[in-house]
Amino acid sequence: MLTIATGNKAVAAAVKAAKPGVIAAYPITPQTEIVEQIAEYVAGGDLESRYIPVESEHSAMAACIGASVGGVRTFTATSSHGLLYMHEMIHWAAGARLPIVMANVNRALGPGWNTWAEHTDAFSQRDTGWLQVFVGTVQEAYDATLMAFRIAEDERVLLPMMVNLDGFALSHITQSLDTVELGDFVPPYHLPHAIDTENPLGYGPMTGPDDHFRFRWDIERSMRDARGVIAEVEREFAERFGRSYGPTEDYRCEDADVVVVAMGTLGKEAEVAIDRLRDEGIKAGSMRLRWFRPFPDLDLAGREVVVIDRDYSFGFGGVVAHSLKSKTGIEPYSVIAGLGGQEVTYNDIADFVRNRRPGTETWFGVSDHV
Amino acid sequence: MTNITVRSVTNLSAIPKEEYLYKCTSACAGCSSSLCLRYVLKAAGSDSVLVIPACCTSVIQGIYPGTAMNVPVYNVAFAASAACASGMSEAFAAAGKETNVIVYAGDGGTVDIGIQALSGAFERGTNFLYICYDNEAYGNTGMQRSGATPLGARTTTTPGGKPTTKKDLDRIVEAHNPPYMATACSAYPLDLYKKVKKALSIEGPKFIHILAPCPPGWRYPTEKTVEMGKLAVKTGTWILYEREFGKLSISGPSKAAMKKPAPLEDYIKGQGRFKNLSPEILDLMRQQVQQNIERLAREEAGVC
Repeated sequence: MLTIATGNKAVAAAVKAAKPGVIAAYPITPQTEIVEQIAEYVAGGDLESRYIPVESEHSAMAACIGASVGGVRTFTATSSHGLLYMHEMIHWAAGARLPIVMANVNRALGPGWNTWAEHTDAFSQRDTGWLQVFVGTVQEAYDATLMAFRIAEDERVLLPMMVNLDGFALSHITQSLDTVELGDFVPPYHLPHAIDTENPLGYGPMTGPDDHFRFRWDIERSMRDARGVIAEVEREFAERFGRSYGPTEDYRCEDADVVVVAMGTLGKEAEVAIDRLRDEGIKAGSMRLRWFRPFPDLDLAGREVVVIDRDYSFGFGGVVAHSLKSKTGIEPYSVIAGLGGQEVTYNDIADFVRNRRPGTETWFGVSDHV
Repeated sequence: MTNITVRSVTNLSAIPKEEYLYKCTSACAGCSSSLCLRYVLKAAGSDSVLVIPACCTSVIQGIYPGTAMNVPVYNVAFAASAACASGMSEAFAAAGKETNVIVYAGDGGTVDIGIQALSGAFERGTNFLYICYDNEAYGNTGMQRSGATPLGARTTTTPGGKPTTKKDLDRIVEAHNPPYMATACSAYPLDLYKKVKKALSIEGPKFIHILAPCPPGWRYPTEKTVEMGKLAVKTGTWILYEREFGKLSISGPSKAAMKKPAPLEDYIKGQGRFKNLSPEILDLMRQQVQQNIERLAREEAGVC
């Protein structure tokens, strides 16, 4: 059904369609609209789900862990400080192999208080064993959330998954949304290691080095298997519902000499910049990186690359720029831009391409070519 | 209806023979908390799940892939047990199951790092039983002080004796108006058994606070572990009671003790942690015991 929605409401609509048995909810700007909308669904009888209004994000993830291993589908949503407050349990969820789905509305971290878009929150959970996808439109927020349940709960994966959408720049903007009749796209929840009092097991007891090490490898093995599962699910989604997704969303890349790599809404903004540059005769393309974990293989051989990082790893560099460099060997022009919701227009992105200096880094509007 | 069953259990021989905590665990010799867990599980039965934060029981249950338990045990991070149990309880409810969800947590995981999650779960009316077994310090990590360590007790982080008093956990829990809460002590297993049975017959958040003397931590010989619990009750240091829908009733063993408590020294003198207690501190401890006895006696008599 064609309608209009904000990014947050699109996520909530997808959650309604996937019917989790338990939802843990704690408000934080700019995520709050998701848990409010779900509360409305539950109160109005549109979603038959147990809604736990927890007292913190640490408890939100702990409650999802208990519910997920208890044998039901679970969902929660957070942002920024909330995500970091649940960090311990984020690791726990992955280590416990629980397919919890969480929406994270990307927001900067304090101090000072800043509620606008930045990817530092999600990237700080980089090494936890969660799958992470970043979306660029309201429709994609909906579609990716639906697919998240299917991918995470696949027995070849059984890892939690985070759907990332930019605070305000996507969470609060309104675009068209085509909702689907889900049918059997997301099968009933089945966790092979769910708690069963007829078959009592010890979960997560003291574990020696050999077993611990093996369990870590098992997470990585599933993360590798997840690439195939993601491709499979995205293909089936396209067949069923007519919208196709991949590890990246490529725009006019085929013959491009220079490619802009960005994530989230900046990746969509880049497409407008590409049209401008093409009008000027610059053969530019855009590659919006959707998947962050597992990190995709990128086909960028022989091109110049401009990476826009809405994040920074202090003492090291832009996280996406360095990930790309380590994966492809390409020295990109690294642009740090949009932190704390800084406005970055398509004209700015076109300038990044025009003024590119591969192998250097610039902090947009703050410090050039450092 | 369950109360009738509970009343019929008048001696230890009436407690079920089934064991859910097997022999030869990794518990220290004379460990009273594992003794309590044995009776808790006998009362709860096989359709139960234990949620356990970091605590002595994390160690007692054994090392992967072994387990000393015959019920599912979910180990979870230190601060997270009550929240994890909330999710599990709701999941079972969503699936139409009546499985008992029981948190078995130490005092550090309850009065300190876990108190926020505990408070949240009780405020939300989560259907579960939270049991705090209290050995009055971080026992698992080698006896550092916790908020539950009593005044004057020496721990590895209070080498000169703890300068402040024990956090009154029960009054904090009571402020949440749970339908059932009780205190218990490892030296009175029948009393504990009945309280667990009763708690599990009631819908909503239930709480049991067990005093669990610890030989290495309190520094007394292992064979004195039951005696130490009895002395805690007989001196009035630890008072056994139940609070059903707010109404207080003092349990049998504490009724006599409150009328004529044994001298506090009987309890103190056998414990190395209270060695070289100053007369001033001892006097303060006596006053606290007396005040607590009087407060509960007044409340039970309806004189508030």
